[in-house]
Amino acid sequence: MAGTNSNNSGKKKGRWAAGITPYAEMGYYDADYEPKDTDILCAFRLVPQDGVDPIEAAAAVAGESSTATWTVVWTDRLTPYENYQAKCYRVDPVPGTNQHIAYIAYDLDLFEEGSIANLTSSIIGNVFGFKALKSLRLEDMRIPPHYAKTFQGPPHGIVMEREYLNKFGRPLLGATVKPKLGLSARNYGRVVYEALRGGLDFTKDDENINSQPFMRWRDRYLFCMEAVNRAVASTGEIKGHYLNVTAGTMEDMYERADFAAELGSVIVMLDLTIGYTAIQSMAKWARKNSVILHLHRAGHGTYTRQKTHGVNFRVIAKWMRLAGVDHIHAGTVVGKLEGDPNAVRGYYNTLRENKLAADLTQGLYFDQDWASLPGVMPVASGGIHAGQMHQLLHYLGDDVILQFGGGTIGHPDGVAQGATANRVAVEAIIQARNSGRDYFNEGPDILEKAARWSPELRKALEIWKDVSFNFESTDVPDALATVSV
Amino acid sequence: MRVTQGTFSYLPDFTDDEIEEQVRYCLDNGWATSIEHTDDPHPRNVYWEMWGLPLFDQRDPHAVLLEVNECRKAFPDHYIKLNGYDRTKGRQSTTLSFIVQRPKEEPGFYLERAEGKNRQISYTTRSYAVDNKTGHGRQS
Repeated sequence: MAGTNSNNSGKKKGRWAAGITPYAEMGYYDADYEPKDTDILCAFRLVPQDGVDPIEAAAAVAGESSTATWTVVWTDRLTPYENYQAKCYRVDPVPGTNQHIAYIAYDLDLFEEGSIANLTSSIIGNVFGFKALKSLRLEDMRIPPHYAKTFQGPPHGIVMEREYLNKFGRPLLGATVKPKLGLSARNYGRVVYEALRGGLDFTKDDENINSQPFMRWRDRYLFCMEAVNRAVASTGEIKGHYLNVTAGTMEDMYERADFAAELGSVIVMLDLTIGYTAIQSMAKWARKNSVILHLHRAGHGTYTRQKTHGVNFRVIAKWMRLAGVDHIHAGTVVGKLEGDPNAVRGYYNTLRENKLAADLTQGLYFDQDWASLPGVMPVASGGIHAGQMHQLLHYLGDDVILQFGGGTIGHPDGVAQGATANRVAVEAIIQARNSGRDYFNEGPDILEKAARWSPELRKALEIWKDVSFNFESTDVPDALATVSV
Repeated sequence: MRVTQGTFSYLPDFTDDEIEEQVRYCLDNGWATSIEHTDDPHPRNVYWEMWGLPLFDQRDPHAVLLEVNECRKAFPDHYIKLNGYDRTKGRQSTTLSFIVQRPKEEPGFYLERAEGKNRQISYTTRSYAVDNKTGHGRQS
């Protein structure tokens, strides 16, 4: 199927006859194969071209993502090829569609230890451009502990971060400085100071704030650290600003990160666009320098959003937990960016939990044991505000960073007032939840009561009361939950 | 100023009943509670003085509140916080921590700047609260 054999006489060839042999017959499909505990498992959603047998298409994916090329090669016989061939062991049609879910097992020896680059060069290397498929999507992976343990993982993780920041029992709060482009370093630092002194734990550079003509990185770092330290002194709390160290070369990134650490910043930030290897390098740097590492998933929507082609975000989440980041943006459910509630729950669980059971309602195709690799703090960012606090806590839980932007900075009375509104709202909802109230349904009432003594919250609720983003998700798990969430 | 450390510093100070509700939440989750106090609320002062050992075996929220009140009596001018602790594998850490008493006057912090080369500044936060006190071990 890698090509078509015009001399095909219809007679089955021997395994080693030169020319083209179906992948399924070359050992890339084995319905009886029982995956080993050490295997890396993948679930692919594939749509074969018309007339292509789904099992052969699935076998081709296994072949092209492991040892196969388009034609039989005798040099396979110099190897224990059975060991190195990936094996598709199950193909399930997705009811009502032309899609199939193919389960493929890969032997551990196919991958270099501790390298996301190597892992992904195999699993999503050539195979996504394969002509015999209309489309292909990597839905999920099972990373066995044997492989997970070859990675450093998050430099600190959720528990260490909370102990380091001395912040417990509630979601952390942040804001992204707006406007995202054009502020001078001095004005930018003003927004940081106001947001932090008003009650936020973090402020953040946007993904595309690096070092542009209107604000060079070193100037930004100096003003932001003045702002952070002033806010620490005015509140008695540890505060941080995610200084984005993303740059064109590793040398530049190290220079920026070293300077941030020298200034005493508790956190720096990367964009996903820098690439997997650069992220792993910065993960090592972050652990060595005791600096929390925040990752913005810039660019992921180009390949995670469409249901039938690309890589599901839950896979990116797994790769980033291995690569080693402390924070990653993972959806809000209620905000302005894509995110089905069940799918987002699956991402959050993937990032935070130590052991997960397969759960198709959350799009989790496999059990996953992280073997004590630290949890990654998910970040909910994009179109959220104080009036949604009960929903945010319900959908996202405690170990999350609620990252406001306009929802802090757009407060009519000022940035600090916007921050205070966010903080009062989260504390009021947490208090109500802990004291046994039905905070999800009574949320608006709880917030309304707090707004009676908090003018900051009252103004925020008035402004954003009716703002919601109810659009249909383009990507939802196939299986439906039997109970509504 | 108002030190805003802790889970609930942006809410009005809790009544004893409200403190007890939060203690009950901790106990219902299987968390141990503990009480700590200090006269130095510096943001990086991790180790406040322990008011006895964590109350691992105390399952009665009201009894925990009585301990808080004992601590208040002994240190009426100190910051006091109540912590919930989850010993579950993978967490093994504090899960809730909120201030249950603060001094009438909160003097706040001074930000000291040491000016270096190239506009670089080294920052140190100092507690006004400990300005006029001497030596270590002053809290016990």
